[in-house]
Amino acid sequence: MTTLELSLSPDSWMAVCEEARLTPGRGVAALLPDGRQAAVFRDRSGRTYAIDNRDPFTGAQVLSRGLVGSADGRPFVASPLLKQRFDLETGRCLDDDEVAVTVYPVRTK
Amino acid sequence: MTTPTIVLVGHGMVGQRFLEALADRGVTERARIVVLCEEPRPAYDRVQLTSYFSGKTPDDLSMVEAGFMEKHGIELYVGDPAESVDREARTVTARSGRVVAYDTLVLATGSYPFVPPVPGKDARGCFVYRTIEDLLAIEEYAKTATTGAVVGGGLLGLEAAGALKGLGLDTHVVEFAPRLMPVQVDEGGGAALLRTIERMGLTVHTGTGTQEVVTADGAVTGMRLSDGSELATDMVVFSAGVRPRDQLARDCGLTVGERGGIAVDELCRTSDPAVFAIGECALASDGRVYGLVAPGYEMAQTVAATIAEEEAGNGFTGADMSTKLKLLGVDVASFGDAHGTAEGCLDVVYSDSRSGVYKKLVISGDGVLLGGVLVGDAEQYGLLRPLTGTVPPVSPEQLVLPAGAGAPVALGPSALPDDAVICSCHNVTKHAIGQCSSLPEVKKCTKAGTGCGSCVKTIEKLLPAATDKGLCGCFSYTRSELYEIARTLRLTSFAALLDSHGRDTAKGGEGCEVCKPTVGSILASLNNGYILDGEQASLQDTNDHFLANMQRNGSYSVVPRIPGGEITPDKLIVIGEVARDFGLYTKITGGQRIDLFGARVDQLPSIWTRLVDAGFESGHAYGKALRTVKSCVGQTWCRYGVQDSVKMAIQLELRYRGLRAPHKLKSAVSGCARECAEAQSKDFGIIATANGWNLYVGGNGGATPRHADLLAQDLSDAELVRLIDRFLMFYIRTADRLERTSTWLERLEGGLDHLKDVVVHDSLGLCGELEALMAAHVADYRDEWAETLDDPERLRRFVSFVNAPGAPDPSVRFVPERDQIKPDLTILTIGNLEGATSR
Ligand code: SRM
Ligand SMILES: Cc1cc2nc3c(=O)[nH]c(=O)nc-3n(C[C@H](O)[C@H](O)[C@H](O)COP(=O)(O)OP(=O)(O)OC[C@H]3O[C@@H](n4cnc5c(N)ncnc54)[C@H](O)[C@@H]3O)c2cc1C
Ligand code: SF4
Ligand code: FES
Repeated sequence: MTTLELSLSPDSWMAVCEEARLTPGRGVAALLPDGRQAAVFRDRSGRTYAIDNRDPFTGAQVLSRGLVGSADGRPFVASPLLKQRFDLETGRCLDDDEVAVTVYPVRTK
Repeated sequence: MTTPTIVLVGHGMVGQRFLEALADRGVTERARIVVLCEEPRPAYDRVQLTSYFSGKTPDDLSMVEAGFMEKHGIELYVGDPAESVDREARTVTARSGRVVAYDTLVLATGSYPFVPPVPGKDARGCFVYRTIEDLLAIEEYAKTATTGAVVGGGLLGLEAAGALKGLGLDTHVVEFAPRLMPVQVDEGGGAALLRTIERMGLTVHTGTGTQEVVTADGAVTGMRLSDGSELATDMVVFSAGVRPRDQLARDCGLTVGERGGIAVDELCRTSDPAVFAIGECALASDGRVYGLVAPGYEMAQTVAATIAEEEAGNGFTGADMSTKLKLLGVDVASFGDAHGTAEGCLDVVYSDSRSGVYKKLVISGDGVLLGGVLVGDAEQYGLLRPLTGTVPPVSPEQLVLPAGAGAPVALGPSALPDDAVICSCHNVTKHAIGQCSSLPEVKKCTKAGTGCGSCVKTIEKLLPAATDKGLCGCFSYTRSELYEIARTLRLTSFAALLDSHGRDTAKGGEGCEVCKPTVGSILASLNNGYILDGEQASLQDTNDHFLANMQRNGSYSVVPRIPGGEITPDKLIVIGEVARDFGLYTKITGGQRIDLFGARVDQLPSIWTRLVDAGFESGHAYGKALRTVKSCVGQTWCRYGVQDSVKMAIQLELRYRGLRAPHKLKSAVSGCARECAEAQSKDFGIIATANGWNLYVGGNGGATPRHADLLAQDLSDAELVRLIDRFLMFYIRTADRLERTSTWLERLEGGLDHLKDVVVHDSLGLCGELEALMAAHVADYRDEWAETLDDPERLRRFVSFVNAPGAPDPSVRFVPERDQIKPDLTILTIGNLEGATSR
């Protein structure tokens, strides 16, 4: 069974869930030890990503519930509230250069 | 080197723009910035102030993006005005006693409303119209008033009058000048405006001054006018012009103009080089005080550039006073030399008092357009203003005559010169807009269109026409083409469709937030399966994914189906009990059912278990699917009813429940022609006749209301159902994404006649197939919530956190309001929720 792990600092990893819990193209939310929340996704080809769960435009912790898509070959998630898109690899907002969300390293084990 | 301090006094529209300009230029990184703000809230959109009365909240009006101050390290002190400036010591003292030392001081204190010194002006019931607090006070007082008078028939006065009228008051406007809006429009324009405004039921008194506010027990009871008459009124709003707020500057010895305003040079520097003044408080170097926001924005840019030492010298030398407004629903615009003051200039006037349209252009002897006034129809403003200063490519008469009268004008924005300013709020030229390819891009790169919005239409005309009709970046096909592809090739997977029919750049990719739900809906319409299994689960919008509607704080609403709006007392009690036990906010919707708000994602299954047990099912409030079939009480009770409208509404709602469509579907059934169920505003509406039913289609409420068209008359129950089956399936098959039946019908080639041919006369031989598709839908329908609750695997997604299944989301919190709950939005403004606790 493969476990998905997320890293908060260079050499500490925390287990999030079994990889199989993730539907390709969708996300789940994980509660981090410091009270923050991460949005963890898996795409069609099985790659996994994690970014902060907080939608910076509305403040709501909902990015994990957005739809995953790709543009120019790069994966993104669209916020379910006002639909701004965030690059899953860099956290950059594709609709507003000034905005970005934190990205967390992930691995499977 | 020590960090310099910039102090901004006044956090209004111009002050905020100044802060943004500093941030854009990176000044916020090298200077300490302190803002003293008098009002109890940060900068908001004063220009849109009146929209408070049409439902905008103070928060909606805010001009400060969440996190802006924190991000740029700006210290903002709300509710703490500057009281004095010591220019020698370079300090500002605020009301709280706070003393801030500055290297550079920027005054952006705006204006105050001028109140003529008439007796009684301070009585209870007298107001001004400038701040959100003013509007709140007016709204409160108006609750007990029946009549209101506005002193001043200018731009703001008419806006205030519109607001009073909207609050249900019998409204009067008293204007000293002989016409309305004397500054902006000329006599003819004023007359056209007057006619239209009187037609709306306002009483206008022009050429009349206010001598006294009559009071009893300290409260307004009326006004004495200069012609000796008395006007009975419960409240008075003064809107007799504004004066620059220059007291702070006066007190510290800065030069001010004879008639007010802090005197500044082209760089907006006051008589003290360390002090700048911008916006409505400044007396510009051309000797004018500008009462509009666009010139203030230009001043803000100038000062920010000077402080950043980038482009000193590119100063503010005066601005265009052009305006376009919608006052009380009437378009009014003036631009350039509207009053024709230039020597030797000529007028071209078109006036039609029946329709309240008045247009005047001012032309110089050699044919140059100098300015103009448009009342009642300002469609051409976006084109005419940038043409000012040039010789227009067609004759002036053609520019003012309505389309159809005289030679048709084939003049679009393409005729404009490259340096024509298209957006005057942000000073953006045609050339700059030409660098972009879509409206969102224009807004992002140039800010054009993000101010008053009046230029958006012109901008759209300048952008390359959308020749690519494709659904999105992933598909070059439209929704209806994709429907046909999926249907004929019997495709059941999004990935297969994308990889076989997607654009080359998108094949093998993820799709996007546009095509995934669209294809999800097509597959659901064609296959009728449970929408949340396998790949389908990854296609649904978040609302469908959780079978509930997401609200602004990430919580959800729950809407059980109540067919036809008919409900037993027992079921009503269950809804009440569920709402009470889970602490949900409860509201009767506009669709004759009950919405329960504020459920956390992990509570949805327990809530629905209770509802399903009591016999409820999903109301599909979340889906692009049938919403409600509203119904009047009908023949059973109503003395006028000719058919049983409730029975028919329930039958139709149960038949079409769960049907996935390009957009939501609404319906209603009325028991007679009195139409209490508003069936003609629905996608399909039914009105009872003595002989059966009339079927109307393509109606819409919402943003672009449309009355439904009559499709067929005097149908029997069976004929009615069969025709609706065909109509709905034909729509589902051929409509575009997010196209309601109203827009679809408008677009359909051949319109209503073609629709009749296809669904009534079966001209395409499609009807058998359409009926079969609907029969399959009806046979296969199962309640999504019951199916979800039955399956532990499906229920696993309903957790707040995948790694802490029992834990509630601490960011979903509520505060009390009117004996129920509402989202606690303050918690959403905190980035890190460390230590936050659940409700
Ligand atoms: C709850 C309700 C307001 C209320 O408190 O009364 C409501 C609430 C919403 N409406 Fe509505 N509409 C509600 C009746 C209406 C009506 C009146 C009616 O149905 O008789 C209309 C105008 C009639 C019409 O649609 O033609 C209406 C026109 C809209 C529109 C504009 C549609 C249009 O074609 O212009 C939208 C936006 C959209 O669908 O794209 C919308 C969208 C919404 C959404 C779904 C917005 C959203 O995505 O969050 C709201 C979600 C509610 C929720 O979370 O449960 N709502 N909405 C009403 C629910 C009725 C019901 O029982 O299902
Ligand atoms: C109802 C209405 C409709 C309007 N419509 C339009 C329109 O359609 N188009 C248009 O161009 N313009 C319009 N205007 C005018 C526009 O709002 C102003 O031009 C614009 O707000 C000026 O910006 P400002 O920052 O100079 O002043 P303001 O927005 O008035 O801001 C000045 C701020 O400074 C504060 N202040 C004053 N003294 C102090 C002090 N000592 N210490 C701290 N703070 C202080 C004030 O409280 C205020 O918040 C409208 C105005 C109103 C009221
Ligand atoms: S529409 Fe006719 S039958 Fe129905 S409630 Fe109104 S008056 Fe009565
Ligand atoms: S002119 Fe106001 S937004 Fe462009």
